[in-house]
Amino acid sequence: MSVLINKDTKVICQGITGSQGTFHSEQAIEYGTKMVGGVTPGKGGSTHLDLPVFNTVKNAVDQTGADASVIYVPAAFCKDSIIEAAESGVSLIVCITEGIPTLDMLEARIAVQQNGVRLIGPNCPGIITPGECKIGIMPGSIHNAGKVGVVSRSGTLTYECVKQTSDLNYGQSTCIGIGGDPIPGTSFIDALALFQDDPQTEAILMVGEIGGTAEEEAAEFIKSNVTKPVAAYIAGVTAPPGKRMGHAGAIISGGKGTADDKFAALGSAGVTITRSPAELGLAVKEATGW
Amino acid sequence: MNLHEYQAKALFAEYGMPVPNNIVASTPAEAKAGAEKLTTDKVVVKAQVHAGGRGKAGGVKLVDTPDEAAEFAKSLLGTQLVTIQTDANGQPINTVLIEETSNIASELYLGLVIDRASQRVVIMASTEGGMDIETVAHETPEKILKQAINPLVGVMPYQCRELAFGLGMKGKQIKQFSALLTGLCKLFVEKDLALVEINPLVITKEEDLICLDGKINVDGNALYRHPDLEALQDKTQEDERELRAAEWDLNYVALEGNIGCMVNGAGLAMATMDIIKLKGGQPANFLDVGGGATKERVTEALKIILSDPDVKGILVNIFGGIVRCDLIANGVIAAVKEVGIDVPVVVRLEGTKAKEGRELLDQSGLNLQSASDLGDAATKIVETVGAAS
Repeated sequence: MSVLINKDTKVICQGITGSQGTFHSEQAIEYGTKMVGGVTPGKGGSTHLDLPVFNTVKNAVDQTGADASVIYVPAAFCKDSIIEAAESGVSLIVCITEGIPTLDMLEARIAVQQNGVRLIGPNCPGIITPGECKIGIMPGSIHNAGKVGVVSRSGTLTYECVKQTSDLNYGQSTCIGIGGDPIPGTSFIDALALFQDDPQTEAILMVGEIGGTAEEEAAEFIKSNVTKPVAAYIAGVTAPPGKRMGHAGAIISGGKGTADDKFAALGSAGVTITRSPAELGLAVKEATGW
Repeated sequence: MNLHEYQAKALFAEYGMPVPNNIVASTPAEAKAGAEKLTTDKVVVKAQVHAGGRGKAGGVKLVDTPDEAAEFAKSLLGTQLVTIQTDANGQPINTVLIEETSNIASELYLGLVIDRASQRVVIMASTEGGMDIETVAHETPEKILKQAINPLVGVMPYQCRELAFGLGMKGKQIKQFSALLTGLCKLFVEKDLALVEINPLVITKEEDLICLDGKINVDGNALYRHPDLEALQDKTQEDERELRAAEWDLNYVALEGNIGCMVNGAGLAMATMDIIKLKGGQPANFLDVGGGATKERVTEALKIILSDPDVKGILVNIFGGIVRCDLIANGVIAAVKEVGIDVPVVVRLEGTKAKEGRELLDQSGLNLQSASDLGDAATKIVETVGAAS
């Protein structure tokens, strides 16, 4: 078992003929992901990387029976691409693109919710179930099938989690990069709930960042809903407050959102916290007693 | 991207919101001429910088005559204003706003922001306008009234009324407030704002509403569809090195320490700063080179880091991902050769072909040390810099 994707997941790529789409689709195929087609408006009927290209997501889903779509289209077109995918019958959308206007995401997310679809990202490395299916830009080679569920807001810090849990031979059940944007499709809470229900996942490693209150909300959720051991690290203890304008950001967060607040919230929820990004694996060891 | 008060107020006016008559000046002569055109007995002169807290910092003054306006403008223009929201160097004052005064009866707060928790644009309003609004929010959160906007339909008239009544408004103010807030919400959405704040929103003795201040932050990701707003960017308000970094798509923030950092990914960059501190060192900067750590960008990143005279050592931390580490290593070596670095550099490379990358670094004959992992890298650079200083 794993979370959201496995060896049978059929994946299409929106923007497959672009440079990013091409490169990462090749990597995914090499990894063993069941890529079944791609979408580039105007190039329908052609083939790319030996895969059929379609004009619309609807066509692609009808013809291939795809379950998931990964999006590599430029930021300006992502709202359209996400909503097209959400309304075309896939159950999972992974949007890698960064730099999408926030108000576009507010609207796209509503379409995603209305269609009961799961969106991961945007601005994220994607999702991988080691040895089975890789949807995204993460290096497949550092992953090993195993028992730790990894969820992180940051791309390269996710890789750090993977490397450290691989070095300790724990391996990963599934790794979800939820992305660093203000309006993510999948939250920590969503990922924690999935891992809690997944028999393969025996422990959870979550990595947060300063800003927003998603980690505090996750801590509340863990307290009453997660029985598996959780280890956590928050990046940004040393980040300076910086220049700012006005007060609205501080008012909406009610003064929360610092790394210390997040560590405190998670600690009081029974999570094993580490303040060293070099000890992510060790924190899992401590949380689990492995 | 931040806008100046005068730019924000021009946008407010464009959306039918009440603002005082005003004139922008960049010389004392313009300030004088501007003040002469205004009709109130006194006028207010306000320094235009990208920061709040200008009043307490001496950047705002009520003056009686156009000559006084010119004099105060002269004392401000060309100087740096240090406020509670700036760093120690402050922000340069290149323009001042000369504005008619209002008969203030009470000061309110009105702001719109994208709330991550509710995933909505949220309106915040309070009767406790003025400088201490954050304290109010922290200690008496019930005094901050909130309304979340449904993105599909926009702000509804009932929401405007609910806030107006909550703020104790009566009579014509209800209608004025509803019009003002509807305009503000329209502005927020049409111009892709990330934050807008009117503090204070004033009720005058004549019982009219007027926006006495304005702060706007535009969503940088949406600037491509707002060339009119992009043209309003004031680069003098931004850090020179940060601007230079931005030209290369590098994300750089200067800090106070002496260990320069170059990292790929914002989260890992913050984590690298954290671990330097944890090992007893002080990071000199945050620098995210992004996904494509090419030779050109690594070179530019090193140049920016070295333009900070406090830097006594550099930690390069690249988790290569799909990009091969031997290629990155060659990029780092070429960059170090080109830039001519005389401070110690510790490089941690991870990902595909990491071993080959480390070997290339160790055999380069340059002042480069390779590190096996994040902890090792931080220990090495902190020890090296500690020993050097």
